Amino acid sequence: MSLPYLVSLLYQYADNVAFLLLAALGLMIILGVVDVINLAHGELIMLGAYTTTLAYHRAHLPLPLCMLLSVVGVGAFGMLLERTVIRRFYRDRLGALVATWGISLILSQGTLLLLGPSLIAVPLPDWTVSYGGYSFGAYRLLLFGAAVGVVLLAWWVFYRTRLGVRTRATMQNAEMARAVGVDTRRIYLYTFGAGSALAGLTGALYAPTTTIVPLMGTTFVDVAFITVVVGGGANPILGALTSSALLALISTPLSTALGTFAGRIGLLVAALAIIRFLPRGLSGYFHDLQRRRMAAART
Amino acid sequence: MTEDRPSALSRLNGPQDLGRGPVFWTAFGVVSAALLAFPLVGSPFYLSNLAAFFLYVPMGLGLCLVWGYGGILSFGQAAFFGIGGYLYGVIAQNLAPMPAASLLGLLGAVAGSVLVAALFGYFVFYGQVSAWIIPLLTLVLSLILETFMGQTAGYQWRVGHVLLGGYNGMTGIPSITVGPLEFGGASVALYLLAVAMLLLAYVGLRLFVNSHLGYVVVGIRDDAERTRMLGYDVARTQVVIFALAAGLASLSGVLYVSWGNYVNPSSMGLYAATLPVIWTAVGGRSSLLAVLVSTIALKWLADTLAVRGGEYAFLIMGALLLGTMLFFPLGIVVSLARSWRRRRSVPAGRPEAGRGAGDRRSP
Repeated sequence: MSLPYLVSLLYQYADNVAFLLLAALGLMIILGVVDVINLAHGELIMLGAYTTTLAYHRAHLPLPLCMLLSVVGVGAFGMLLERTVIRRFYRDRLGALVATWGISLILSQGTLLLLGPSLIAVPLPDWTVSYGGYSFGAYRLLLFGAAVGVVLLAWWVFYRTRLGVRTRATMQNAEMARAVGVDTRRIYLYTFGAGSALAGLTGALYAPTTTIVPLMGTTFVDVAFITVVVGGGANPILGALTSSALLALISTPLSTALGTFAGRIGLLVAALAIIRFLPRGLSGYFHDLQRRRMAAART
Repeated sequence: MTEDRPSALSRLNGPQDLGRGPVFWTAFGVVSAALLAFPLVGSPFYLSNLAAFFLYVPMGLGLCLVWGYGGILSFGQAAFFGIGGYLYGVIAQNLAPMPAASLLGLLGAVAGSVLVAALFGYFVFYGQVSAWIIPLLTLVLSLILETFMGQTAGYQWRVGHVLLGGYNGMTGIPSITVGPLEFGGASVALYLLAVAMLLLAYVGLRLFVNSHLGYVVVGIRDDAERTRMLGYDVARTQVVIFALAAGLASLSGVLYVSWGNYVNPSSMGLYAATLPVIWTAVGGRSSLLAVLVSTIALKWLADTLAVRGGEYAFLIMGALLLGTMLFFPLGIVVSLARSWRRRRSVPAGRPEAGRGAGDRRSP
């Protein structure tokens, strides 16, 4: 096996990791903190892609500004959803899942009715990097960079800011956090906004690479759901990172050898096998491991 | 502990569903008789349309069992409907000249779906996963099956001599045939079979939820840990009801194929996976009767929408689901039934104070 071939494999792996990570991180942060699965996540990604594409073609804004608009717009929309719908389901979390499914149907069909079956995509920047006879899309590398950047940013907010401390307190024990003065409703609102903004970013980043259709959300969510199930909600950042790294390791060789479809089947089977033994996902497993180690250190 | 075995009759009248007492059962008998007698007056067109609504009832009731009574939300009913339809198509078409071909197809289809569901359920339920994982994985299962069947166009995708057909679907599937009786699309026989399956599924499930095992199912929904402590095998019970629901969905799938002689991947797709959830939520998941009514009513609504204004179908169904979850968390049919019962019982001087079994009103 030559070095350039290995580099090309690594490139595909990084591309898959970035896709899983960007598709799932927002969903997972919402799950971890608010304990709600947002089934409209795919449609939020779709809204992000639409915002970028429309801003690019109709308002002729530079691409980075279009993407920023997606992040802010979809984030604000997510906060609106939390205020109007999600908030009513904090005592019935499975009900929130069903209600957001209704929202997802309304969003995808509403987009179809308002904007038609498809939009002309933003042209993909045609930067390429070549190495040893292989040529790599530089935009794909940029996506991987963005994924890493988003994880670092989330880590910084969680572990290095006052807001992060309050958020982690809410995750650990919401009632205790309320008792010491944390406004948990506001934390839920911000978290939902942040998770939605991440969906907007994902849509914006992938807008130049895919066809812009109202049902495009489903191509993101089927793998995002598997990533979330394998990662678990105990620690969203660690969960998303380890889960996408592991799942990409499974899907990359399968989809290279047998096609995208085999890659997806492989992911579903892997998810079933993993939750059989780690029902709370990888992050739940790490969480328990850490606890056990701390308990052992105390004695 | 003395075990008194209630008779089947009192079990049927048990507390796990709306509608009890002589008045209800008289009305039920009259409606059933009217449905069975309808072919005497109805035109073949109406019969065929009604059969197409009725045949979805087993699938809807299956979801009512796992979600409403078992607390397991599943988007997988459409997947099992599709598996049933495709398996029946493959088996019945391959064995076509044989007289027992379609019956073997029916058996194979139901057995296949139950097996897939049990395998899926083994991984999910024995791991004791959180409640939100099952809807996600069943949704992924439906999407993956749709994508898989969608790409089976071409001659290389065939089982025996039957082409799977990709997005165009599998065509020319024979209807269920028993001796001289053919249960085809516009036949009285299929209409009666659909009505019989509807009644059988309803009465059977009502007996089931009022049986000992049925109470265990409800106990698991209300508190799985407590039920486990009482010595019941929670995971096995969950696998059983999940597989039972899958069997019912595949029965619907086979009836559908027998009705239309055709099945395509969109029967397992996003919209199809959503429909049983909408029927169950809108009807009211705590009641089999409510889901039976809402399945027929909403299937009729969906068909009407498909004829005029198909582009609004998703939108209206989504709004219906969201509106129900927000304003009628118990379901529209169940809420209507309750307010009706309250209005009837208040003048009689006994206002209803208690909350019914399986009532989880969210504030």
